[in-house]
Amino acid sequence: MNQNSDRNGAAIMVRDLRRRFGRQQVLDGVNLECPRGQITTIVGPSGCGKTVLLKHLNLLLRPDSGTVVIDGVEVTAMRSRAQNQMREKFGMLFQAGALFDSMSVFDNVAFPLVELTQLSREEIAARVEETLKAVGLHGMERKFPSEMSGGMQKRAALARALIRRPKILMLDEPTTGLDPTRTHQIHELVRHTQQQFDLTAVMVSHDVPAVFEFSDRIAFMHQGKMALNGTVAEVMAAQHENFTLFLQGRASGLDEPSAAAAR
Amino acid sequence: MSIVSRIERLGAYVIDGLAALGDFMIFLAASLFYALQPPYKMRLLIRQIRSIGAESFFLVSLIGLFTGMVLGLQGYNTLSRFGSEGALGTVVALVLVRELGPVLAALMIAARAGSAMAAELGSMQATEQIDALSVMAINPVQYLVSPRVLAGIISFPLLTGLFDVIGIWGGWAAGVGLMGAPNGPFFNGIAQNMSGHDIATGIYKALVFGLVVMWVCCYKGYHAERMATGVSRATTEAVVLSSVLILVWDYFLTSILL
Repeated sequence: MNQNSDRNGAAIMVRDLRRRFGRQQVLDGVNLECPRGQITTIVGPSGCGKTVLLKHLNLLLRPDSGTVVIDGVEVTAMRSRAQNQMREKFGMLFQAGALFDSMSVFDNVAFPLVELTQLSREEIAARVEETLKAVGLHGMERKFPSEMSGGMQKRAALARALIRRPKILMLDEPTTGLDPTRTHQIHELVRHTQQQFDLTAVMVSHDVPAVFEFSDRIAFMHQGKMALNGTVAEVMAAQHENFTLFLQGRASGLDEPSAAAAR
Repeated sequence: MSIVSRIERLGAYVIDGLAALGDFMIFLAASLFYALQPPYKMRLLIRQIRSIGAESFFLVSLIGLFTGMVLGLQGYNTLSRFGSEGALGTVVALVLVRELGPVLAALMIAARAGSAMAAELGSMQATEQIDALSVMAINPVQYLVSPRVLAGIISFPLLTGLFDVIGIWGGWAAGVGLMGAPNGPFFNGIAQNMSGHDIATGIYKALVFGLVVMWVCCYKGYHAERMATGVSRATTEAVVLSSVLILVWDYFLTSILL
């Protein structure tokens, strides 16, 4: 693969990623491609390594071996200063939002701009207002995270992830702890903002099959490997045995001989 | 087999222990290194000095007052057996400035501010707020730990000074005011017998305790496990370990500085 085809094709490319924690081989040669401008959703049974994979994409963890290429740049071997520059390209929505609970919504959303840019106070305020509007939280600037519902916290966290206008958005189970209505709303919001800001999105999700409607591509992870990876239609047509079991909620065959116990 | 596995387990234990100790040292080195690196965040430092220093003001004053008063009582009781009540001021002041001031002030700040710090960083870790900082390209050690360690190094000597002064007045109130020790020799003795070295000893100790307490409390909070018991365990360990280290270091510092 040369650099040019990377630029036109995948925003994120993962090759043979391996990572071991103690005796457990959590990532066992993961391959993944996330094409530009699409939502790729990673699904799989709990403990299959989805979140660990995401932490390699956002550079919180370093792999034992394998490569992660973001925007045509190999990031796994980078020094931390270069990694920080890379991080300007992406925003991350954490599972529980990870809002700073000592700060108001405004300060939370403005935080990356205040800390990392030279923008004036007025420019920051305008940008925060615009972004809060985009996630449907207009007028909530003065609230604190503890005064808001789970769904609203997720929206605020999404606004914080979007404030620096990233190209890539990563979402770690954005709908955990929400009722089906709120889940639907957050999915719609993710789709909407992805289109509005022309983002490449990588989402880890438990909401099968609800999330498929809002995804372009599905990656099914199983025992530290990517068992399936393709468009929603391709994956649904694949008749993969473990994937079918997973969709039916019969995870017994999947979980028991886990990667750790098998070794 | 069982002997081999036991040796293996012992080896794993030793390796884990050494790795943890290494982590602990690297954490300190990183927090001091990043304290000297730009961007400098005066706002964060001042906020931490407020929460460690200013908000401990009342507690440290109260403990200082009662420690001094009890020294006044006990000192008078003991010294009057030798007929040397005149030395009361010297005894109270030396004991406070050289020993009890730095140690008790540090223990009180560890219990009040150190535990709060470990709990705060622990819950930030548990709710992924620390990861969120990293992903936003903000160094969490520089943003969270360095200002706290610096604030500790600045606040501890100041609070220790406060403790000493209030303690001496407490000793005066109990010894001279209540028990009737002679007033003149109380302060005269302090002025004549207290040297700059005595005061420096107390300040050195306070500086070291400030560093140790903030280092331990931040480390424990920062590395709290991500579960409900993780934060409470981190807080307990932070307070216990910093108290132990205060007393151990106190011995070594005293033996060096004596």
